[in-house]
Amino acid sequence: MKETAMRSGRAAARLIRQKQPLNKLSSAAWVLLRAVLVTGLCFVILYPLFFKLSISFKARGDMLDPTVLWIPKHVTLDNFRFAASTLRYAETFTNSLVISLLTTVLQIVSCSLAAFGFARLKFKGSGVLFALAVFTIVVPSQTLMIPTYLNYRYFDPAGIIGWFGGGQGLNLLDSYWPFVLQAITGMGIKSGLIIFIFRQFFRGIPKELEEAAYIDGCGVFQTFWRIMLPNAIPAIITGFLFSFVWMWNDNYYAGLLLTKIKVLTTTLPMMWTATQFEDGLYGYMIKNTGELLFIAPIVILYMFVQRYFTESIERTGLVG
Amino acid sequence: MTMKPARKLWKLPIGGRSLSLSDKKSWLGVLFVSPWFIGFVFLFAVPLVQSLLYSVNTLEVGLEGFDTTFAGLRFYDELFTEHATYTRLLVESLVDLAINIPSIVVFSLFAATLLNQKFRGRVLARAIFFLPVLLATNLITVEQSSDMAMVAQNVSGADGGGALKSTELEALLLQSGFGSGITSYITGSVNRIYEIISHSGVQILIFLAGLQSVSPALYEAAKIEGTTGYEAFWKITFPMVSPLILTNLVYTVIDSYNYNKLSVLISDTAFDALNFSLSAAMSWVYFAVTGIILLALVRLVSTKVFYYD
Repeated sequence: MKETAMRSGRAAARLIRQKQPLNKLSSAAWVLLRAVLVTGLCFVILYPLFFKLSISFKARGDMLDPTVLWIPKHVTLDNFRFAASTLRYAETFTNSLVISLLTTVLQIVSCSLAAFGFARLKFKGSGVLFALAVFTIVVPSQTLMIPTYLNYRYFDPAGIIGWFGGGQGLNLLDSYWPFVLQAITGMGIKSGLIIFIFRQFFRGIPKELEEAAYIDGCGVFQTFWRIMLPNAIPAIITGFLFSFVWMWNDNYYAGLLLTKIKVLTTTLPMMWTATQFEDGLYGYMIKNTGELLFIAPIVILYMFVQRYFTESIERTGLVG
Repeated sequence: MTMKPARKLWKLPIGGRSLSLSDKKSWLGVLFVSPWFIGFVFLFAVPLVQSLLYSVNTLEVGLEGFDTTFAGLRFYDELFTEHATYTRLLVESLVDLAINIPSIVVFSLFAATLLNQKFRGRVLARAIFFLPVLLATNLITVEQSSDMAMVAQNVSGADGGGALKSTELEALLLQSGFGSGITSYITGSVNRIYEIISHSGVQILIFLAGLQSVSPALYEAAKIEGTTGYEAFWKITFPMVSPLILTNLVYTVIDSYNYNKLSVLISDTAFDALNFSLSAAMSWVYFAVTGIILLALVRLVSTKVFYYD
């Protein structure tokens, strides 16, 4: 009797040791907790998007109807029509797109050139210059605001335009030139960060690859163009996405340098101040629709590149 | 010892004498970096000095260009003794920063650890988690959080909005013996979860990249020795990514330039009140204060950081 009890006890102990039910239980609990956390956080992130999406298709009556929560009863495109016309969407969208694309492409070019120089073509003082490049993102852009404004208002670097009888210099406000100049000289929004990312990535590409190219008779430019850049595509996609999005969302430079040229970031706040007083609720709906129109291009762009983007993180060499 | 070709930077590549590859490369390096360098001088260094000069001069913009007359530290004096809102806003933005930094860094490390694990739907979860990086603009985020509170009230039947508030959590924490200060900090962070998420996108990215560069061999060895996942996190993961905590602290401070209230005041002072010098002085005080904070953070944290190599 005692023996069998002991035997079954021992068997149970062995079973526990083999199957580790406590470990299994805790890992199952963790899986559950993780699922809840991830879903919850995803919900918090997506909530405003769904919220705007739902509002933008509702008729005004649906907002007051207590039986309507998410799916509108009277689906309408009037909100989009009204928001697009108050935003002058065709015009502002084109301006925003042109500025963002232009600066992004130029910024990628200038930053990748500089980053390659910093990573592989060392010269005396290149370390110090790289430190300065990173330092540029530490200075708040507000500190440079007034000189930047006056600089483009009376544009005359090193007095060159004065020699040709330009008087006080050119007025570059309300043109694309300030954005082009900033981007092409690697001084756009957070260019220092992009240079940093690119440099880290270039440093991660094996030196042998580069040397093989030199032995095969490639020049430095050819090596850069045909070996380094194709290998750095993940980093370039990351840089492209960041740079485009920062420019698209920027209202600091747009507000500072553009008054006649309307972009989305400057018209969006104006639309809200214009519509909220007549009919608060409708103004609120229009505001959400307008914001949806503002973020839609980015979300669509992200849908296309997110596969490369999220998978590229592993190889971006952001670290190390 | 082999002879190294002397680096003569003053020697221009003219005159037929062929340069050695390393000389050539360093010249090309100068060439590659030069567009950036031109921009650095004309669009960064010169404006930075000018801005400092404008803050100690009275700047008058007329039709004929602009004039400056020396004013000494008058504007700095005005800021702290006369200006109605500046000091208050400065302190407020610093307090906000002090509140946000720990939540953002802790949350982003947590989220990165979560996203680094293997589970079904990870690709989708990652895609969603990086969405706030793209939508982080001061145009929308502020309204979004108030939207959420309003709608939460509507959804939950208008009794104080239980949907996204943390009253139960608060009671739980208080009962289990946490101090009231830390409790209100934690529940406050939970209530501002959207704000925190939307400001921690890049930080998650940096942590995730760091987590992926930790060698799996370390975890395997630890597992053979019988460590639990919890121990492995504190003994392996945390030290290995600790340099990135420093990076993320710095980035969080830099990122806060874009959304604090002070930047609005600075640009309003310049372009609505047309007081350019006062605005320049404001921005310099702000820069100096954040600079000191950054230096202190780097000093404080870098001694505690573990470097693998």
